[in-house]
Amino acid sequence: MDQLAIASTDRPLVKHFRAVVAVAGISLEVSPGTVFGLVGPDGAGKSTLIRMLATVLAPDSGDALIFGNSLVRDTEEVSARMGYMPQRFSMYPDLTITENVNFFARLRGVKKAERKERSAKLLEQMGLTPFAKRFAARLSGGMKQKLMLASVLMHEPDLLLLDEPTTGVDPVSRREFWEVIARLRADGKTIVVATPYMDEAERCDQLAFIDAGRITRQGTPAEIKAMVEGTLLSVLTTDPHETATVLRDARIAGVSSGHIFGDEVRILAKDSALAGERVREALHQAGIPYELNAINMDMESAFAVLAETAPVQEAADA
Amino acid sequence: MTEANAISIQNLTKRFGHFTAVDHLSLEVPVGQVFGFLGANGSGKTTTIRMLTGSLTPSSGKAYVLGANVAKRVAEVRRRIGYMSQKFSLFEDMTVEENLRFYGGVYNLDPDEFAARREYILDMADLRGRESELTANLSVGWRQRLALGAATIHSPELLFLDEPTSGVDPLARRRFWDLLYELAKTGVTLFVTTHYMDEASHCNRLAFINSGRLVAEGTPNELRAQHNGATLEEIFTKLSTN
Repeated sequence: MDQLAIASTDRPLVKHFRAVVAVAGISLEVSPGTVFGLVGPDGAGKSTLIRMLATVLAPDSGDALIFGNSLVRDTEEVSARMGYMPQRFSMYPDLTITENVNFFARLRGVKKAERKERSAKLLEQMGLTPFAKRFAARLSGGMKQKLMLASVLMHEPDLLLLDEPTTGVDPVSRREFWEVIARLRADGKTIVVATPYMDEAERCDQLAFIDAGRITRQGTPAEIKAMVEGTLLSVLTTDPHETATVLRDARIAGVSSGHIFGDEVRILAKDSALAGERVREALHQAGIPYELNAINMDMESAFAVLAETAPVQEAADA
Repeated sequence: MTEANAISIQNLTKRFGHFTAVDHLSLEVPVGQVFGFLGANGSGKTTTIRMLTGSLTPSSGKAYVLGANVAKRVAEVRRRIGYMSQKFSLFEDMTVEENLRFYGGVYNLDPDEFAARREYILDMADLRGRESELTANLSVGWRQRLALGAATIHSPELLFLDEPTSGVDPLARRRFWDLLYELAKTGVTLFVTTHYMDEASHCNRLAFINSGRLVAEGTPNELRAQHNGATLEEIFTKLSTN
C-alpha cells in the first residue's frame, strides 16, 4: 500500500495561543492522491492546523508524519515536499507574475533551467500566460489566487496545503481554481484544503469537520451528510422571510434549523410526516401559499446542523 | 422629502488611464430594497460603490444618492449612508466599546444619541458582555456583526455592503443575513455585493455587471425566467464569460 501523505502518531497535535486553545488535539490520516477538505466554524482551528502541517508554526506538543517524515524532527524534508498557500495574498505587488513565480522558486532552490520550463508550464496551466508581465497588484482576485498556486507548485511538492484559497473569488474563477485542483489530484498530488464554501466541500474525497480545535466528524461528503439525523423539508413560497417567521413562531416539535435558501425555507424534521402536517397547518392559518417537499440533505444544511450541535468549548470559541 | 429611489445613476463612467472600469452604467434602486450588485472580480463593482459613496470622482455621468447629487452634496450623502466592506474597518487593538465610540465620534453623535445606538447595536450584534473585549480576540462572525454595528451607528438610510460575508462560515453567514433582513424591515435600503449566489437569491432585485457595463437586471425570479429556469450560478457564469 502507498505510504500515507499525512499519518498520525500516538501524539496528537496541540497548539495554544496564551489562554486560547486553537488546536486541542488533532490526529489526521490523509491518503496520497486525494483531496482532503477541512471545514468548520470560523475560529475552529483550521488555519492553525494547516500552519503546523506547513511547518511555519511549531506545535506545543504532538507530531504527525508527512510521507513518513516527522513534522517536528525532519522539518527540512517535510518542507521540501510540501507547498503552503496562506489565506492572505502573499506575493509582491510590484513584481510581475513571472518575477514573483521565479522569486519564490529561487527561495526553494529550484535551478534556473528548471525555473524557466516549469514557470512556462504552470502559467499555461493556470491560464496566466497572457498576463505574465502584469504586476501582481493589478490582477483580479481569481488571478491572484492562481498566481499563488503557481508559485507554490514551482518546487514540485507532493503535498499542497491550501488555506481558504478561493475566499472572495467570484463563482467562475472559483470553478476554474477547482478544475486546477482536480488536475493536480489526477497528477497524483495530495491536497489538504480549508474552505468556507460547501459546494467546494462536496468536491473533496474526505472531509474533516473541525470544531473548537478538534475533529468532531470525518468521512466522505456523503457520509458527513448521512450523520445528520432527520429529513430535510423544503417549503417553497413567495415570501420566505415571512414563512420562516411563521414556522419559527409555530415552535413545531422535532423541527430545527429553519433557514432561508433562496425562495425556500429549509427545515430539519425528526419525523417528516408529523412535522409536514404541522407545517401545513401553520402556513394555512397564516394564509401563505407554499409547496412542501422532502429533499436530499445538502452540505450547507449539514454544516449548520453540525455546527449547532457540535460540542462547543468556550475558550476556543473566541 | 421622500424619494422613490435610494440610488439613481445615469451613464456613470470611470476611466483609469486607458482602462474603463465603469462604462455608462445606469441603474435605479428603489427605497427599502435589498439590492444585489453582482459581477466577477474586476468587473467594476467596488469602483461603482466608491463613486456612489463620494470617495471617487466619476469621469462622466451622474449619481444621485438619497435624492442628492453626490458630486455636489457629498457631505450630506456621507452623513446619510453607511458602508461596510469585506475588510471590516475596525481597529483590532481597540475594544468593542472603543470602536463604537470612535465611529460615534466620526458621525458626531451627541451623548444621548450615542447611548441609544450603543444599546441597540450591542443587542443586535449579540455583543453584550463583550464591550471591553479586544476586537482582535473576537471570532470573525462577531467582528462582522460589530462592523455592521459601526457602519450603522448613525442610523443611515442606505447601507453599502461590499462582500460583507467573504470568508465567513455558513452558519455565521446565515446569522448575518438574518440581521440584514431585520435592518431592511426598518426601511433601510441595502446595496450588497456578494459572490454567494444563495445570498443573491435573497435580494429583492439584482443587477449583473461585466466589464463595467450593466448586462442584466431584475428580480431573481425574473432573471431565472429570462434564462429558461437556469440557476443564478449558471446565469452568473454565462453573463460573466460573454
